[in-house]
Amino acid sequence: MTITYLSRETMPKDEQDHPVMVKVEDLNVFYGKFKALSEINMQIQARKITAIIGPSGCGKSTLLRSFNRMNDLTPSARIEGKIYLDGQDMYQRDVDVVDVRRRIGMVFQRPNPFPKSIYDNVSYGPRLYGIQKKRDLDDIVENSLRQAALWEEVKDKLGVSGLSLSGGQQQRLCIARALAVQPEVVLMDEPASALDPISTLRIEELMHDLVKDYTIIIVTHNMQQAARVSDFTAMMMIDDKRSGRMIEFDATNTIFTNPRDKRTEEYVTGRFG
Amino acid sequence: MLSIGWMLWNQSSEARAAFGLGFLKPTLQASWDPVLDHFQAWPFIYGTLLTSLVAILLAVPISLGIAVFLAELCPSWLRTPLNWLVELLAAIPSVIYGLWGIFIFLPRVITPLGNVLAETIGKVPLIGVLFTGPIPASGASRLAASVILTVMIIPTIAAVSRDVLEAIPNSQREAALALGATKWETIWQVLLPYGISGILGAVILGLGRALGETMAVTMVIGNSIEGSLSLLRPGYTMSSVIANEFAEAVSKLHTQSLIEIGLVLFILTLLLNMMARFLVWRVARKTPQDARA
Amino acid sequence: MNNIKNIIEAQGLKRKQRRKTANAIMLALTGLLTIIALIPLFWIIGYVVIRGGKSITPGFFTQLPKPLGMGGGGVLHAIEGTIIVSFLATLFAIPPGVLAAFYAARNPNTPLGIALRFGTDVLAGVPSIVIGLFGYAIVVKPQGHYSALAGGVALAILMLPTIIRTTEEMLKLVPASLREGSLALGAPEWKTSLSVLFPAALNGIITGFLLSIARAAGETAPLLFTALGNERFDLATIIKGGIAGHQTIFQILGRIFDQPIDSLPLTLWKYAQMPYPERVDQAWGVALVLMILVLVTNMIARIWIEIRKKRLRG
Repeated sequence: MTITYLSRETMPKDEQDHPVMVKVEDLNVFYGKFKALSEINMQIQARKITAIIGPSGCGKSTLLRSFNRMNDLTPSARIEGKIYLDGQDMYQRDVDVVDVRRRIGMVFQRPNPFPKSIYDNVSYGPRLYGIQKKRDLDDIVENSLRQAALWEEVKDKLGVSGLSLSGGQQQRLCIARALAVQPEVVLMDEPASALDPISTLRIEELMHDLVKDYTIIIVTHNMQQAARVSDFTAMMMIDDKRSGRMIEFDATNTIFTNPRDKRTEEYVTGRFG
Repeated sequence: MLSIGWMLWNQSSEARAAFGLGFLKPTLQASWDPVLDHFQAWPFIYGTLLTSLVAILLAVPISLGIAVFLAELCPSWLRTPLNWLVELLAAIPSVIYGLWGIFIFLPRVITPLGNVLAETIGKVPLIGVLFTGPIPASGASRLAASVILTVMIIPTIAAVSRDVLEAIPNSQREAALALGATKWETIWQVLLPYGISGILGAVILGLGRALGETMAVTMVIGNSIEGSLSLLRPGYTMSSVIANEFAEAVSKLHTQSLIEIGLVLFILTLLLNMMARFLVWRVARKTPQDARA
Repeated sequence: MNNIKNIIEAQGLKRKQRRKTANAIMLALTGLLTIIALIPLFWIIGYVVIRGGKSITPGFFTQLPKPLGMGGGGVLHAIEGTIIVSFLATLFAIPPGVLAAFYAARNPNTPLGIALRFGTDVLAGVPSIVIGLFGYAIVVKPQGHYSALAGGVALAILMLPTIIRTTEEMLKLVPASLREGSLALGAPEWKTSLSVLFPAALNGIITGFLLSIARAAGETAPLLFTALGNERFDLATIIKGGIAGHQTIFQILGRIFDQPIDSLPLTLWKYAQMPYPERVDQAWGVALVLMILVLVTNMIARIWIEIRKKRLRG
């Protein structure tokens, strides 16, 4: 399967403001003997939203988790190939994974705030990195909560437990928490799938604001969401060896109106998947 | 169908007969003289409390370390054998701990340790009170009892704590690690606080075990009611005095005093037990509810 | 908001290094603590095997104790005692335990059900010596003498919570639909219990039995004032004498159960504290026998649990 790169229409204008932030080169991911991902190649542009779509089980989450090396947590996971963050291969031997994870943040499918206060949730990250002074922390907490569009709702109750918030609020809290360490890239793994439609829309609006400062990569099984929200879309599917592959990668418009691959067309028009 | 409740009342009525006799003020200074029929329970209470508390102090860090290791760090092939070994530690009968204690552990470890402690901390004012006095050559002392108790309660605290840690949803670990925390930071700052109620329950369970432990303690504690407060001197615990004297107690007062000590022990462990159950129940409730819309 | 990133960069490597070092040290520490905690295990087992091994001769298992100074002799009385008392304990513990578990599983919300569950938890935490005192109060005192019977009762109380718990667990796993199905077919309550619930419960009962007997066999405190100990207990003589005297089996059993009796842990307790080296040596031997008994029973229990787990997974 050959990979389609960005079509010419989009590249020249943006390249100055939106250089390639993350570059995936010949990535293969194994869990033990099972090859979960095969020959993935893609380039993520800075401060754009890139969506990864595909039927369930095609390896979208595995790919996403490769970006911030969360797959390292699975003992049998193994990686071949390279992933460059801003020019630097993240899987090189001497790279500090803690550093990688600060620069690439993650929001999970189900909100998972710590059983601490809202304030402590958001300030957890910065404190890890040595930011101690109350004033600094206060600033960071407020900024992050504003960016996550949660500040107005919780500013009077920062000491309340994060678990007492509604689902949509908890997810925004998790976004604020991730933003508090000032990552360059934010990964979102189906961030709204556990939420009601209204909260979902709020998160999508949020993304439009966030993308001004952050590069966002989102995995979603909701095609309409991908179409609404993203600038670029990557379509993935499993091949006959049950290994995930990227079959098309292009501007979102192109993918949804004029895809090159027949399977992409079938998927986005709902004929299967 | 056994009415457990009936059992509880029965025990108390037995001992309460002793209560009515008035001489028994468990909180004052010591004297315990079967000949003169003069009984007060303080030395035993002190002995039990001291040895159990010291045992807890020593056991908790070790047990938590084990729990963390088994739950978070241990490679999976090692996990089952290690779990089994830790449980084995709990399966060894108390008398065998005592036997090993008397003949092996005490002379080789406790006595030298006691001497060292007497020379060092024993000279420090205030705390030194707990470490004064020469340790008997045999090593029979409260220190010996405390250390052996420690070993005996470690499996309890470690196993329950490990279960608590394993029950914490993975999403918490992922959330912390994704922010760039190191593994230890995740454990110390997120997981342990998350499970603190359950861990506390484990500790209280361990404490309950320590309070009630009889045989090993009796064999190594020296069974003496001398007045010293020190860890290094022989002492006596509530369960030990019952074990040693009950079968031969002749006077009614003697017997009933012993039973009353049994009552105190019973109530203590009862309270602790209820507290532990309450705490474990609280952890079960804390599992985050599904996100409300 | 760029200042934050700068702070992080400014601190640079030093803090990063500190965090990494702290991480490595603490993680290694937990492994170390685990090793430290396991040292006594091997230490004890090692010594018991070494010193106990010296005293183990065939006669150890088959002879009664000989008077001091004569050398030789064994602990047959203690072995018999342990078996007898454990047998009695099982007899006394299983029926009420199973009944209690059945009731509690089916009626979890009645006052009695709640009381049972609460009582089981409480009983599990009672110190063994207090249980011994209780055994004294309800059996020895009224009877006026110590006996294997009293010891059995005390140990049964010890075993009760475990049996109730494991049986109840297994019962709870039986889907309500099975029960209802049987009742809907018109089967009376007790028959339902027997044919549907009992097999499920059996698993739990066996588990509970294995676990609790492993513990009970090694307990000393409950027997201190119930069974007391009896160096002269001689099963063979009792049986032979009974047969010769044409006693009924009940009378013979009565004679066995109704006198003070020793057990392995009791014997250990006594011998270990005697000033006679020959008794102390025998104590080590008893320790070895006891340890093997307890560990083997424990292992059987674990294996059984594993088998049961696999069976459940289908």
